[in-house]
Amino acid sequence: MDLLTELAILVLAAFVGFEVISKVPNTLHTPLMSGTNAIHGIVLLGGLLVIGPADGFLEDLLLVVAIAFGTINVIGGFLVTDRMLAMFKGKKPTPVAGAGEAETPEPPK
Amino acid sequence: MSRGDFIALLYIVAFVLFISGLRMLRGPRTAVRGNQVAAVGMAIAVVATLIDQRIGDWGLIALGLVVGTAVGIPSARSVKMTAMPQMVALFNGVGGGAVALISVVEYGEALEEGGNPALEELIPILLAAIIGSISFWGSIVAFLKLQESLKGRFAIPRAVNAGLAALSIALAVAIAAGVESEGLFWVMLLVAGALGVLAVLPIGGADMPVVISTLNAFTGLSAAAAGVALDNTALIVAGMLVGASGSILTKQMAEAMNRSIGNVFFSGLGAGGPAAAATENGGTVRSTSAADVAIQLSYARLVVVVPGYGMAVAQAQRAVADLAAELEKRGVEVLYAIHPVAGRMPGHMNVLLAEADVPYDKLKEMDDINGEFARTDVALVIGANDVTNPAARSVTDSPIYGMPILDVDKSSSVIVLKRSMSSGFAGIDNPLFYDPKTSMLFGDAKSSVSEVLGEVQQL
Repeated sequence: MDLLTELAILVLAAFVGFEVISKVPNTLHTPLMSGTNAIHGIVLLGGLLVIGPADGFLEDLLLVVAIAFGTINVIGGFLVTDRMLAMFKGKKPTPVAGAGEAETPEPPK
Repeated sequence: MSRGDFIALLYIVAFVLFISGLRMLRGPRTAVRGNQVAAVGMAIAVVATLIDQRIGDWGLIALGLVVGTAVGIPSARSVKMTAMPQMVALFNGVGGGAVALISVVEYGEALEEGGNPALEELIPILLAAIIGSISFWGSIVAFLKLQESLKGRFAIPRAVNAGLAALSIALAVAIAAGVESEGLFWVMLLVAGALGVLAVLPIGGADMPVVISTLNAFTGLSAAAAGVALDNTALIVAGMLVGASGSILTKQMAEAMNRSIGNVFFSGLGAGGPAAAATENGGTVRSTSAADVAIQLSYARLVVVVPGYGMAVAQAQRAVADLAAELEKRGVEVLYAIHPVAGRMPGHMNVLLAEADVPYDKLKEMDDINGEFARTDVALVIGANDVTNPAARSVTDSPIYGMPILDVDKSSSVIVLKRSMSSGFAGIDNPLFYDPKTSMLFGDAKSSVSEVLGEVQQL
């Protein structure tokens, strides 16, 4: 892929990123930060792609660490976000949700 | 369809899931699902990458994935709710670290291909390396500070950070200009890392979320740069999404604390010290939004409304009653705390609320309700001031010292609806407003309450 196509994708993705976060209530700032944090764990893919062609012990070592780091970022990020959001899970004010499950949601700070 | 096309297609599916997931994370009702949607997108992106022809060394890949999972899951599960911010900082840091390490290998590969690597290959690698390293080391410091392993105040002269920034850029320019040295690349990583450490070191606890959010955006940017170097659209799109949304989020977080981002990062550097952020009253006031108040109220178990003269002036009693009815429909217990001298005449509040058809048994006298504040999730103070002033309990030279007050400061969080920061009838300052668990919603009581009601109905 040539550089200019990549730059076009880059710029468009930036605009989507700006637009998608318009107004967020303060209560959701931390979970949203944590959620986006998990998404940049995507760099894991970089480690996966580079480790094949890479050679030498040092390069392999660095990339195994990079893959482990990326995996921690992704899995830990999504799990932690899910736990933070648990306070919105229990008493969902929509009529669809089954009433009574998890009757003690964490009170908001 | 070639294998490459199939992978590209799966990536596009992942982008759609990332963007929808982020959108859903904006509202409390959809946030949980939004996070899951984004996680599914990530799983698809990982699987798609694993079918790429370039993938080799399965053993090493498995090793990395297994170690990462073995560390990630237990730490995310066991961390205490109160330790969440430092956990996010740590997860963010390892992401930045991964980018930096990958860029080292990429640079080595580029050198091996022989000749002087092309600029369009080198520049993204160098950017990814510098930003990734800043993010890694900065996040580690943020983690240590939040964990309180790193205590004390640090003042780093602005010139030191500027010098480190200039040095890392100079090294990058030298490498781009053709100095082929992996050693120099490592030096550049170290200099950028030192900048990350020293930039975060002076920043104090309350500002940490803004710092973590900034570093989060940085890691996103570095991932996008790595994506350009690796010709990988998934990295470019997801990295840039985080870079951009993280920047906006950082700005909003800073605004919520009445700070600018520059103020957060540089106030510790000058002579400011802890007083830089504080008003002359000795504390900062946090303002909030109707949407936020709505979320806090809807997810509370017990809300105690503390009405005062402000509610009477704004004729807000009917709106207050409507809000309470809406909350009760959602299973929230709502009580009213009536101070004997709230308003301008005895029984003022009782009359107004009775007029708005609030059941009489919901109105609690001061002595009955004061014991309840300890189990109150949100105390909603509507236009009351002096009757909630904790100075009456503790500040012996205060003109209202000794006056019995409603102990709203005992509840888990306090929301004060108020027209402005002016003081109450007695003309004295109220420390309640500077309490860290207090947030202020400024505006006319009636329109504020109506706005909150509107937001609650949308939840």
